[in-house]
Order: sequence, then structure tokens, then C-alpha cells
Amino acid sequence: MIIKQVSVFLENKSGRLNDVTKIMGEAGINISAFTIADTSDFGILRMIVSDPDKACLVLKDNDFSVQTTEVVLAKTPNKPGSLSKLLDILQQEEVFIEYMYAFSMQDEGAVTVIRPTRVKRAVEMLQKHKTELLKADELYQF
Amino acid sequence: MAALQGERLKQTVQRIYHNIPSYRAKMQEIGMLPGDVRSIEDLKNLPFTNKTDLRDNYPFGMFTVPMSEIVRVHASSGTTGKPTVVGYTRNDLNMWAEVVTRTLCMAGVTRNDIVQVAYGYGLFTGGLGMHYGTENLGATVIPISGGNTQKQIQLMQDFGSSVIACTPSYALFLAEVMADMGIAPEELKLRVGIFGAEPWSESMRKEIETKLKLKAIDIYGLSEVIGPGVSCECEHQVGMHVNEDHFIPEIIHPETLQPVEPGEIGELVFTTVTKEGIPIIRYRTRDLTRLIYDKCECGRTLVRMEKCTGRSDDMLIIRGVNVFPSQIESVLLEMSETEPHYLLIVEREGTLDVLKLMVEVQEQFFSDEIRELEKLKKKIMHNIQSTLGISVDVKLVEPKTIERTAGKAKRVIDNRKI
Repeated sequence: MIIKQVSVFLENKSGRLNDVTKIMGEAGINISAFTIADTSDFGILRMIVSDPDKACLVLKDNDFSVQTTEVVLAKTPNKPGSLSKLLDILQQEEVFIEYMYAFSMQDEGAVTVIRPTRVKRAVEMLQKHKTELLKADELYQF
Repeated sequence: MAALQGERLKQTVQRIYHNIPSYRAKMQEIGMLPGDVRSIEDLKNLPFTNKTDLRDNYPFGMFTVPMSEIVRVHASSGTTGKPTVVGYTRNDLNMWAEVVTRTLCMAGVTRNDIVQVAYGYGLFTGGLGMHYGTENLGATVIPISGGNTQKQIQLMQDFGSSVIACTPSYALFLAEVMADMGIAPEELKLRVGIFGAEPWSESMRKEIETKLKLKAIDIYGLSEVIGPGVSCECEHQVGMHVNEDHFIPEIIHPETLQPVEPGEIGELVFTTVTKEGIPIIRYRTRDLTRLIYDKCECGRTLVRMEKCTGRSDDMLIIRGVNVFPSQIESVLLEMSETEPHYLLIVEREGTLDVLKLMVEVQEQFFSDEIRELEKLKKKIMHNIQSTLGISVDVKLVEPKTIERTAGKAKRVIDNRKI
């Protein structure tokens, strides 16, 4: 239930993002979702990929600073109000969110990637409230 | 002069040999006794003193008098965090005031002048050194210290300061702020500027003289020798007259360590022959310059030294503060267990030196969270500020992006056009 997200340190320089995607493509690794957190001179690329361990390895080989972070992927119906319900659960249980990002597929619902302060607690609570969480092997579907 | 220097040198060697075990050991190593020094000619046979000797004997190990005789200490930045400490006896302070007074006279300052001392007061020798020399001359001191630029200008207007003493880059900054405030130099009474503590060029001199409408005089000094007042230009501005009856200059080849031919460029070495607190023999300043032996138009016969053209080590002078790349390295090392990769870039933005530090974000530094990285950045800036006393702009960069030459990274890029 806990998914490894791959985080990469990127300088604000043109072409750096493409360098990463090329490396991933050549290694046959699929990127399911990603987001970039940025400041004036650097950014952090966070990705959900098909093979996080291999992704770290190939990126390190190419001299990137890489780290994996534990995140939770919650699946919700693609309907108004469902994200709010999800956040209610976490708020009640006092699990705070460091950051999150989401992607949605018309029919299959929406997936929210959450980096909570307490990952295990978040998983327990979301499961208790019957929220569908993606498992690592399910990620290949995207 | 040579006879006086020789006599004083003999006494200084005696004093050091009998009081400083580390220097005695250096002399014994080459089989030299104090009695072997008979005249100034023997100076070239004596061992050198390096900044590391002061560091190894931190804090007071190089003092040749008991602490009860020391009335003041000053300190400058060392190569690895620990400062270099110097101590002054009552006589040393009197001598210091005397040599500063001489330099002020060379610059054409008289007791009718009002001297604004905008060098930092404190452990740095600049402020207090100029201060007591000015008082000794009988001129009026405005002990304003560094910074507080608008107030500096206000006091220049209100008090009618005729002399300003500060770093040359700060002089340009003052000119800039004055222009912003809409004050023309003609509205002020400034006529002489005594600028030192950092390297500057003839073109900078022209710029300062045009913008501030004063005569820009170069002064040289270092705390290990005394502080400001080691040498200074006269009104002819053709080299700095060295107060060589107190501080004997030599020029050596930085690698062979042998004296160069008269007039050749090399590393400047000083021997103090009248100091009591911390006399020093053949101190390697690491400044590169040459000596001029011709008689000056002003009539003074004191040997002159040219503006320093560079350094024989990697020390940088940023806004008057001595910075060694190794100091930055030890700050970074304290924050991580492995060897940090960094690059220092020095630029001159407008009139002020700006220090930029690029640090590679190695695995051990990297966090997935922006605020952790921002925290890291702030911590580096803060630690450097508190160790070196200067602000630095930190930029985090990707691993392996700092150029390495034969496995070793290049540490410093100095883009200043001085």
C-alpha cells in the first residue's frame, strides 16, 4: 500500500527535465505521474514510476541526486466532492500532508498521490474508511 | 637606516629566540644562534614565519611578554576557522599610533582635518589603528566605524569631514549612495581619502577621485605586522613608503624562497624590529609586489612598495575581509561527513564584492522537500556568515556539475575586474 516515489534534484536549467525523461525512456521505465516543486534556482521532480529501484539506479549512474519517498496513492471516484471526503478522513485523524498531486482518468476515477507526515497511519486510516489504495503492482496499468 | 635596522634586528632575534620555542627550534634546525645575526645582511639567513605558526601557537603562544604587559589584542581571520591573534604592549600601541600618524602626514592630513574613520572598529585593526593615529596627529576623529552609509554621508555634511578612511570599494559605494541622495561631492569638504585593506587598481583610483572629488591615497598594513600604517603613499601617489625603521620589507621568490633581484616582483616578507608584544621575523605576507629604491619626489628616502598585484596563496579579500577557500570547506565539512564539492564565485556588482557559493547537492544533502533544501541553504549561509563574518549567496546545484580538473575541483573563480 505504500508506494515508493522517486525524487530527483534538478537545477533550473533548460533541458534537465528532458534528460531525466530520456534516461527513463531508454531504461524502459514508465512514468505514471509526476510533479515539479520549484524555487527560483532549483526544483524537485517527483515521479511515480513502474520500477522505482531501477529508476534510482539509472539516474544515479547519470549523476543525479535521487531519493525515494514513501507516498500513498488513493483512488477516488471522478465525482465532485470525493477529494474533500478523502481529506476529511486525514484531517480527522490528524495526519498532515506535506504535499500532494493528482491525475484523473475519465471512467476509472481519479488518483491522488499523497505524501503524509505519518505514512503508516495514513494507510491505516484510509483503509478503515474504505478508501481504495493502489498497490505497487497495480501501477503498471497506467 | 641599515645600521639602525641591524641593531634593532639583533635585539628582536634575541627576544624571539629566548621566548618563542617554535621559532628557536627553527633556528636550531639550521644551526643558527642569535649571535650569528650581526647586521641587517644576516636577515636573509633567518627562517620564515608563516600564518600557520600563529595558528599553531593560538591564541597567545607567539607573545614574547607576559600577559600583564599586553594591553590590547586584535585578531584577523585564520585559514581554518581559528583567528590569528596579535597582542600589543603599551609601547607597541604608541609606536603604532606614531606610524599611522606618519602615514597620515604622507597623505597630506594635518591637525586641522576632520577624519571620518569608516573602517570597522573591533578585532579588525583598521578602525582602532586609524583612530589612534589620527588622535596622535591632533586631527579630529569621527569614530563612526563601518556601515550605516546614509549616516556616514549625513555626518560628512553636518560635521564637514575633510578626510575619509575606509576600503576603496566602500568609498565607491558611498559615492553611489550620495548620488542617489542627490548630494554632489562639491557640497562636501572631503579632500583626502585613505583607502586600504583590499586590493584596488589605478582605474578604481580615478573613479573614486572623480566621483568623490578627493585625493585617493593607498595605505597598506596587516595585523601580523601591526595593522594599518605599515606603508602608505605620499601626495605623489607613486608607491607606498614603508616605515622601514620598524618594519623591514624583503621580496622573495615564492617557490625558491630566495631574495629576488632589487626591483623584481615577488612575495613580500616583513620583519618587525621594534615590536614587543608579538615581534615577527620574516613573515610571509603572500602579497605579490616589488620594492622601489629610488628617492621619491616628496623627498622621503623610505623604500617604496608598489600596489600588490596578487597573492601567492588562494586567499581572497572580500569587502576587506580575508577569506580562504579552506574556511568555506570546513564549514561545509561540519555539515556533512563526506567531502563537499563547491565553487566560490566572486563578482563585483556595481561597487561591492559579492560572494556566491555553489554547492553540489550530494545524496547526503538531498531531501525530497523544498523547505528542507531551503533550510539547508539558509544554514550554509548562516554558518559561513558566523564563521567568516561576511554574507554569501548560496546556490544549490546538481552533483558533478562543478568542473573537476584531473579529479580535483576548481574552488574559486574571481570575476572581479578591479
